[in-house]
Amino acid sequence: MISRKIVLPGDLVSTNPKTAGPGTYVEGGKVYARVLGLLDKTDLGVRIIPLKGRYIPSVGDTVIGIVKEVTANGWIVDINSPYIAFLPIPENPAMKPNRKPNDILDIGDAIIAKVMNIDPKMKVTLTMKDKLCRPIRVGRIVAINPTRVPRVIGKKGSMIKLLKSELDIQIIVGQNGLIWLNGDRRKVSIAEEAIYIIEQEAHTEGLTDRITEFIKKRKVELGLAEPEEVEKTETEQAEAPEVGEEEKTDSESKAEDVRR
Amino acid sequence: MEEIKLIVDGKRLDGRDFEELRPIKIEAGVLKRADGSCYLEMGKNKVVAAVYGPREVHPKHLEDPSMAIVRYRYNMAPFSVEDRKRPGPDRRSIEISKVSREALEPVIMKELFPRSAIDIFVEVLQADAGSRTACLNAASVALVDAGIPMKGMVTSVAVAKVDGVLVLDPMKEEDNYGEADIPFAFLIRNGKIESITLLQMDGRVTAEELRRALELAKKGAMQIYQLQREAIMRKYIKEEEVVE
Repeated sequence: MISRKIVLPGDLVSTNPKTAGPGTYVEGGKVYARVLGLLDKTDLGVRIIPLKGRYIPSVGDTVIGIVKEVTANGWIVDINSPYIAFLPIPENPAMKPNRKPNDILDIGDAIIAKVMNIDPKMKVTLTMKDKLCRPIRVGRIVAINPTRVPRVIGKKGSMIKLLKSELDIQIIVGQNGLIWLNGDRRKVSIAEEAIYIIEQEAHTEGLTDRITEFIKKRKVELGLAEPEEVEKTETEQAEAPEVGEEEKTDSESKAEDVRR
Repeated sequence: MEEIKLIVDGKRLDGRDFEELRPIKIEAGVLKRADGSCYLEMGKNKVVAAVYGPREVHPKHLEDPSMAIVRYRYNMAPFSVEDRKRPGPDRRSIEISKVSREALEPVIMKELFPRSAIDIFVEVLQADAGSRTACLNAASVALVDAGIPMKGMVTSVAVAKVDGVLVLDPMKEEDNYGEADIPFAFLIRNGKIESITLLQMDGRVTAEELRRALELAKKGAMQIYQLQREAIMRKYIKEEEVVE
């Protein structure tokens, strides 16, 4: 049993500069932590799992954004990050000739998009040319701390699969900490509560089991299920960095999570 | 005017030794809406720090395409001192904001967030001497709490010369009637003092005394550093993870 220690900026985490991973910096041949986080030391290297912080975009991320401005050649989108993003007209497949950008997406509309490019000046370009990208017209968006996103997804998507299979709803997790939920309203409410629990108790043991129990309890309370005790246990230590992933549990369940 | 004795029987007016800090209380994460925050009491000083960012820069012309900009605002509440302080920035608070910002800038890894701003606001609710050191300590904890990448932590403490003796962490009376007041701020990394990021002096001391003041401040800073660490640990200890 190993425990992951909390480290503060400036703490010495390794004396081998070759092992330096994310969340660390090298100076004078030594590796120091640069953010507040949990120390993850393996044979492959040292990295810090941050506990706090804003979402910093990286290419390929699935994000949920809100249109802030419509321009002649695209949309300016707020992606809950220090940097605003731009969605050019050619990157939106819904855009047909002789239609105005206004009619496709207006200010305040929410969209699911992918980060296509980031230039050195941190100008972020989005694209919607992907099967999981779409404008959001129905459902609910839940906001969490972006550093907790990997926990909500779970190891190899275990947590998200659990939510989907137990509740039979659509979920798309944006890497920027916004999560889109769609389906039966009461079930979506349960999922929302469950997501907040995951966010709060992200680092505790046996979280998947507790979430399973919680969902069952809430389902019974809301009269969505008969009281019963059953299967489903999947021990986990969440944390798989990355992946915006989606699934339609109802009808077709193809399209596995999009790993890098 | 009658001579004021600041040191009686080898003790200071509040009963402290020369090398003793005032009682310190630090609490991290007190403001929900801020990215990082800290409430700190250092003797009779009471300060709150809030950190926002990295976030978009407004106004836009301040933006730096190669790194984040750091903005630090030191402000005293009108009720923080006995005579009402006229609200708003004045010569003193602008100067303190500037030197404090420069004390934090070498620690923050600004180059990771081009075209963004990191805003630090520190409000003094009650002032006793050394409020800038208290504010820097609070700001440092708030920055860590906000998850901002840094090379280490900043810890600040003042040394004063009163009645010909160097004392650590002066209080109001010692500051007002003493011969010199020297605030320091250090960059501490992995429990070691790496550099001095702020050094000011009001009054006069000899070169030898300044050297001794520095040694004294280093000792005090190490104690404060431990308290800063504990404050953050206290908030996050429940996050410690058990694997396997």
